[in-house]
Amino acid sequence: MNLLQLPWIELAILFAMVGSAIVARLRDPNHAYQWGLAFMGASFISTLWAWQAYYLGIPAEDLARFSLQPGLFGRRLFALDELSAPLVPSVALLHFLTALATARTKMRRYSFSWSLAAEAIRLATFSCEEPWVLVGLLASLTVPPYVELVNRGCPTRVYTLHMALFVALLVAGWAIVDTAPGVSSVRAQVGVILLMAAILVRCGTIPVHCWITDWFEHASFGIAILYVVPLSGVYAAVRLVLPIAPDWVLRTIALISLATAVYAAGMATVQRDARRFYAYLFLSHASLVLVGLEMRTALSLTASLCLWFSVILSLGGFGLALRALESRFGRMSLVKYQGLYGHSPTLAVCFMLTGLASVGFPATVGFISTELLVDSAAEVSALVCVAVVAAAAINGIAVVRAYLLLFTGAKHVSSVSLEISPRERFAVLTLAALILGGGIFPQPGVTSRYLAAEQALSRRESSRDVRAGDPQTDEVEHKQ
Amino acid sequence: MPNVEQIVQSLGLVVVAAPLLLTVILGISSLVGRPLSEEKTTLLGHGTIVCGLLASIAILGIMLVVGKRHIPIPLGDWVVIPHHYHFSIKIVFDRLSVPFVILSYVLSGTIGAFASQYVHREPGFNRFFSLYSIFVLGMVVTALAGTIETLFTGWELVGLSSTLLVAFYQERPAPPRNALWIWAVYRVSDAALLLAAVVMHHMRGEGDFDRLLGSGIWPDEVSKLEPRQAMFVGALLLIAVAGKSALVPFSGWLPRAMEGPTPSSAVFYGALSVHLGAFLLLRISPLLALSPGISTAVIVIGLLTAVVAHLAGSVQTDIKTALSFASLVQVGIIVTEIGLGWHYIALIHLLGHACLRTLQFVRAPTLLQDYRRLEDALGERLPRGRAGIEQYRTWLYRWSLERGYLDAFLSEYFVAPFVRVFRWCDRMERRWTDFLSRGPSRDSDRPAGQSGGIDDLT
Repeated sequence: MNLLQLPWIELAILFAMVGSAIVARLRDPNHAYQWGLAFMGASFISTLWAWQAYYLGIPAEDLARFSLQPGLFGRRLFALDELSAPLVPSVALLHFLTALATARTKMRRYSFSWSLAAEAIRLATFSCEEPWVLVGLLASLTVPPYVELVNRGCPTRVYTLHMALFVALLVAGWAIVDTAPGVSSVRAQVGVILLMAAILVRCGTIPVHCWITDWFEHASFGIAILYVVPLSGVYAAVRLVLPIAPDWVLRTIALISLATAVYAAGMATVQRDARRFYAYLFLSHASLVLVGLEMRTALSLTASLCLWFSVILSLGGFGLALRALESRFGRMSLVKYQGLYGHSPTLAVCFMLTGLASVGFPATVGFISTELLVDSAAEVSALVCVAVVAAAAINGIAVVRAYLLLFTGAKHVSSVSLEISPRERFAVLTLAALILGGGIFPQPGVTSRYLAAEQALSRRESSRDVRAGDPQTDEVEHKQ
Repeated sequence: MPNVEQIVQSLGLVVVAAPLLLTVILGISSLVGRPLSEEKTTLLGHGTIVCGLLASIAILGIMLVVGKRHIPIPLGDWVVIPHHYHFSIKIVFDRLSVPFVILSYVLSGTIGAFASQYVHREPGFNRFFSLYSIFVLGMVVTALAGTIETLFTGWELVGLSSTLLVAFYQERPAPPRNALWIWAVYRVSDAALLLAAVVMHHMRGEGDFDRLLGSGIWPDEVSKLEPRQAMFVGALLLIAVAGKSALVPFSGWLPRAMEGPTPSSAVFYGALSVHLGAFLLLRISPLLALSPGISTAVIVIGLLTAVVAHLAGSVQTDIKTALSFASLVQVGIIVTEIGLGWHYIALIHLLGHACLRTLQFVRAPTLLQDYRRLEDALGERLPRGRAGIEQYRTWLYRWSLERGYLDAFLSEYFVAPFVRVFRWCDRMERRWTDFLSRGPSRDSDRPAGQSGGIDDLT
């Protein structure tokens, strides 16, 4: 038996689930931290094996031989494909590093148990293609954040209203699409519109974006990062909407996302609170990913998938750097200069590096994504191209402004050492290494994302072929 | 026995690899929290700069001996998506890039040696040299770029390092405030360059300058673009150039950049960085030749910059600001020369001016002492300068003192509306989330703070 033939993706999910149950029983925060970290580490290593097995081309039959899924569900619901293969390990890595970098002072507030539970659901989501299962997982992903808000005694109404809307639209949308006589029927198109609306809510496009800033206001920063940065909404868009949506639906999503990208970039520039600034920066990038996704060309889709990966790494790292600052200095204000460079130079460098990576600075993983996105936008429309470039430029101003306000302009006096801890250093340097490595040698990543884009487009094409054979197609197109 | 091509290729790699090595070593040592000692940093800096300089001079010698004036060195494809996208890295040694890269090395090396004394035992020694290495790398990459994407990479590196060096003295609010302004202008410039790069990429399918500007040897290339295309790309590039070289209406950032330490002011804003726009104009000169409209715009902007900078410089009271405006006068004239098609004159002017201004900047901190020595040697007072423009018109004096109100113009008509609109949106969002929450929704609400925000730009 080859070690790679083991069902690693199931093991990864299992480690996270079992870990969640065990850690929930621990009362001592240090023990919870150690066990939580161990389970997240095991889960991450399992995803790495799964990724390796996929790229070495281990046949599906070999993987199914030791899998529990056929016995449980009758078939394999959770498996990697070209799209999810690198995403799953990166999501697991983000969980692991976020847990690792949790400061001792924050261990009591950071729920390792719920974090592991959310990781299990997230890994399952990102390795699932089955529509109804995916809908169920996406809906269940909204629960841990709600529990987090309740546990912290924070207001939940904004979050609950938006997520209830998201789940309702998602379930209704897919139910209608699933029961429609054909993917081109009027009924199916109504379903697609509902799905589109669900995606827009989940991704935080204007005007339904306020839940993200509200979520960052109230949740613990680590949990907040983990909930939004993997971009589960974008995954739903690729799996559920992209294959079946008519062109006009995709165009609508792209236009709304484009407006969001520019708007959020502008909002990030004027924020007075570091968390809100981060939330808007994230929103802008999430919207740019959607813009690329909905332009429907191989190049734009490749750009979007590259940017997605870049967002996980760079905004994940950026969030961790900001979180490390918060754990030392409390909630960070962007109203006055803080001058923290002298106390945490490494943190300052990592903050700048990850921030610049997110806005596509050369030699970072975001550079080629931005280049590809701008290039593909130019193929579609000059206006789209200008808007994408404007969003990137404004985001760049916002990032450097935040850096200058947090790390320069004053002398911060403290009698204790506020230098980065070894665990935090490991976390941010790991992400920095991936950001620089992916920036200097981008070809493997781009090739992988291009193949995933081709796969997604071929699915869309085959769906169109089905539509072409659909008796109602002519009628619908005539009505449009 | 290696042939000439192979020797030049190896030397070309040394020219680029030398500052890259410096950046990597200083960057990694800083990131892992083990910065090099001052001695090692200085030695490494000197060693890599000298290597790069010697390799550049050797290439110049080979080009003169073998009579070649254009040696492209393709470094391979960086990213390729078959039938969709192609990003190649290529460096070019020609009549334009070789003098500029030698100038970059000479001035960077001089300033590196000067700075190792100037920032000796300062807490930011390592930070200064890390940023310095990024700057040198950016200059070399920009100077040798054979594709528009490669040029963009160097351009961005120069912009970031310059900005962070302006904020070098980071315990006062003024340096970061000015650095933010400069960064904002640079981002506008970068955005214009990126758009131009994408447009050029689409016109020719790749960003290779040889294909975009014609296959001749600089400055005799003849572009195959249509005049309309040349006009469009030229307009975008002119915005990029204006931002980078502090031409009108972006001139206000140059005196702000003097917040940085004198060595960085000297090499970046007095000598190299401020000439980068002129270098780009020289590189794309075949496009200017195709479009009389853009050439005229270049001349007008150059002249305007020279006049504004002369008037503003005449009333400055501190030496570094006065020198920065003096520098800008010459940059304006160089740009005008490029617009007129006098490429060699512009190049020689640029090289000479960069060297002179570096010398003036590094002597600036000891100007009073120099005067005293001169007066001691002469045995009498030095003659007083002529009266400035203040004797002519009060309004002109005020206008010059306010540096042509250029910063005020940008601030009032661009930054302030931008901030107002988004602050209004922020207030609306607060109302909306308060409504949804049935109460105050923001934990982050704090009393109105002190200075330091984006408002400072308004």
